[in-house]
Amino acid sequence: MFESLSQRLERAFKNLRGQGKLTEKNMKDSLREIRMALLEADVNYKVVKQFIEDVQAAAVGQNVLESIQPGQQIVKIVHDELIRVMGGANEPLRFADAPPTVIMLVGLQGQGKTTTAGKLALHLKKKGHRPLLVGADVYRPAAIRQLEVVAQQAGVESFSLGEQADPVDTCLMSRGEAQMRNCDVILLDTAGRLHVNEEMMAEVRRIHAQMKPHEILFVANAMTGQDAVNSARQFNEALPLTGVILTQMDGDARGGAAISLTHVTGRPIKFVGTGEKLDALDAFHPSRMADQILGMGDIVSLVEKAQETVDQEKALAFQEKARKANWDLEDFLGQMQQLKKMGSISDLVTKIPGMSKMMGSAGMDLEEDEFRHMEAIILSMTPKERHNPKIINGSRRRRIADGSGMALQDVNRLLKDFEQTRKMMKSMMKGKGPLGRAKGKRGKLPKGVGPFPGM
Amino acid sequence: MTQANKGFLGRLREQLGKTRSNLVDNVKRVFSGHTQINDDVYDELEEILVEADFGVELSLALVDEMRTAVRQRRLQNPDELYAVLKEELVAALEPGDHTLRFAADGGPHVTLVVGVNGSGKTTTIGKLASHLKQQGKTVMLAAADTFRAAAVEQLTIWSERVDIPIIRHQDGADPAAVAFDATDAAIARGIDCLLIDTAGRLHTKVNLMEELRKIQRVIGKRYPEAPHDVLLVLDATTGQNGLQQAKVFTEALNVTGLIVTKLDGTAKGGVAVAIQRQLGIPIKYIGVGEGVEDLQPFSAVDYVEAIFT
Repeated sequence: MFESLSQRLERAFKNLRGQGKLTEKNMKDSLREIRMALLEADVNYKVVKQFIEDVQAAAVGQNVLESIQPGQQIVKIVHDELIRVMGGANEPLRFADAPPTVIMLVGLQGQGKTTTAGKLALHLKKKGHRPLLVGADVYRPAAIRQLEVVAQQAGVESFSLGEQADPVDTCLMSRGEAQMRNCDVILLDTAGRLHVNEEMMAEVRRIHAQMKPHEILFVANAMTGQDAVNSARQFNEALPLTGVILTQMDGDARGGAAISLTHVTGRPIKFVGTGEKLDALDAFHPSRMADQILGMGDIVSLVEKAQETVDQEKALAFQEKARKANWDLEDFLGQMQQLKKMGSISDLVTKIPGMSKMMGSAGMDLEEDEFRHMEAIILSMTPKERHNPKIINGSRRRRIADGSGMALQDVNRLLKDFEQTRKMMKSMMKGKGPLGRAKGKRGKLPKGVGPFPGM
Repeated sequence: MTQANKGFLGRLREQLGKTRSNLVDNVKRVFSGHTQINDDVYDELEEILVEADFGVELSLALVDEMRTAVRQRRLQNPDELYAVLKEELVAALEPGDHTLRFAADGGPHVTLVVGVNGSGKTTTIGKLASHLKQQGKTVMLAAADTFRAAAVEQLTIWSERVDIPIIRHQDGADPAAVAFDATDAAIARGIDCLLIDTAGRLHTKVNLMEELRKIQRVIGKRYPEAPHDVLLVLDATTGQNGLQQAKVFTEALNVTGLIVTKLDGTAKGGVAVAIQRQLGIPIKYIGVGEGVEDLQPFSAVDYVEAIFT
């Protein structure tokens, strides 16, 4: 997600690393790099200015001459400052003391409100709630129909008075509907609107006044540029926003909007959208996001996700194998199958410390299809070949290629990648190599659950 | 400004005037708040350009160009600098073909409309269809976004609004098949313009980009010259990722132009200038509202005027 920003900052810190000591001059260089990186990442100009001032103030206040590793010191300061701007600890959704809880989604057009409403509904359903999705977008053609389909896909209730009705009435009526259908959460999907459209802003204020939502979530897209501050500020002035949902985090936007939005609204990002499927909604953790921005990976999120879907014992066995470096293609296949259960591969990859850097430099792009292809190739191997890939000679390669319907080059590439990955993993498990930096982080993990080697 | 452009410019200004945009105020401050050109002017100029989403690289390059211009042309006051900046931007935006490339053989002009999710493809198609119909052309729509829930219905409503035919399959159908059938139908019925809507997709999804290539290929099978235009729809609020989007879409498809949408907000869409400069993709239309009439043909002079005046 944030590869480029991470790379940029890493380069900035590299300049410091060689120096040994922090001087005013070399810190200036790094700060300029950080400033450029943040601007390139679409963090708002004024927010960057403030951010750099704060970082500088924090750094100058410390006894820089005593610093043994100035690079690490700056990393820490920037990291802390990013967390501070993004709003401290993760804030869960607020629920009403007496149901129904009312959650309202607002934002500009095309941010993904309707899809997010469906994702949120599914998320709530999984937590044991009974959400009612309410279609209050009477402007975009077929928006209400879209919400109905999404509700069906999520297996939750939906309600709307239709496109002819006043959306305020639809919202009002939803209370009775929720009671009748025994729903404890009302999720209002409002129309996308421009913050400068006074009529539309008045409408959303009317809905707010009538419904008194417990959560008013501003839905914004991670690709948003400098203007994020303008729209967020005006929505925040019109409505008491309680949080932000950042969508389309599965792209390659550097996501500086995350920093701009939280800075302007003073409200935390509560969720991030990470894909088109309805289960692609993750809780937002500023600390992990800061880790990620700094290229430190998001190993905690990964582990949490793994715990939900992956067979713990198998994972343990993999890790054991990995440590002993007798990890083979059979294990690799098993892991791929487990990983597939966990959602988007590319999303997962960015969560592994150091991985984003490697992926960036290698220009690799892991997609679900590639996984299917790799699976097909491995499945066309004999068990013996899977356990000992070294025996796979030219004629075996041809047979495997034919058997899997893939080209010979694909088979060659897989074998080569596998060997490299195995080597990488070996060093990973010893805490060396590209992932060595994550060592401290790994200490905090639940016992027995490790990072997913090789993925 | 010519008479013919007045309506367009007036409309754009009206839209921009909904709130006094920061940029306008900023520009005024920079260019009239200083009596001579000094470092403060350059710093403030940098801020304005970055905040308009031109990107750091382009903003710095433009500021450098301004410095050079000031030296070479011996400019004295900020107003002169402002005029030079506008010239530069117009020069950056002007190259390329800003109109649709209508088929030479009289067959249907086929346009494939692509972009990331939520950029405004379907709405733009509705507006473009209306615009073309007003020019006396027969227009047909193709609902090749078979993925997003109710996308086909959304486009169908537009076809009813504009009163033009639509070719649609079931939700979940192969979008390339829809495109093929639509091309076939457009030829058979002697339609002038076929507009094909596609599902929004992030440029990072390799498979989905491959799907688009397939759609383009399949259209070409039925009608070798087609698609005549591939338009990338870009949301004006997009930051520097827009450049990446344009790059990847251009690599995958023969993108012939940009449509910049949502310019009626406070976003300036400066990334479109970066795209034009770096990739040479011309802007063909701009979207300035949700109404049927809120799609305007692009003009570099007006675009720059609308940003700065």
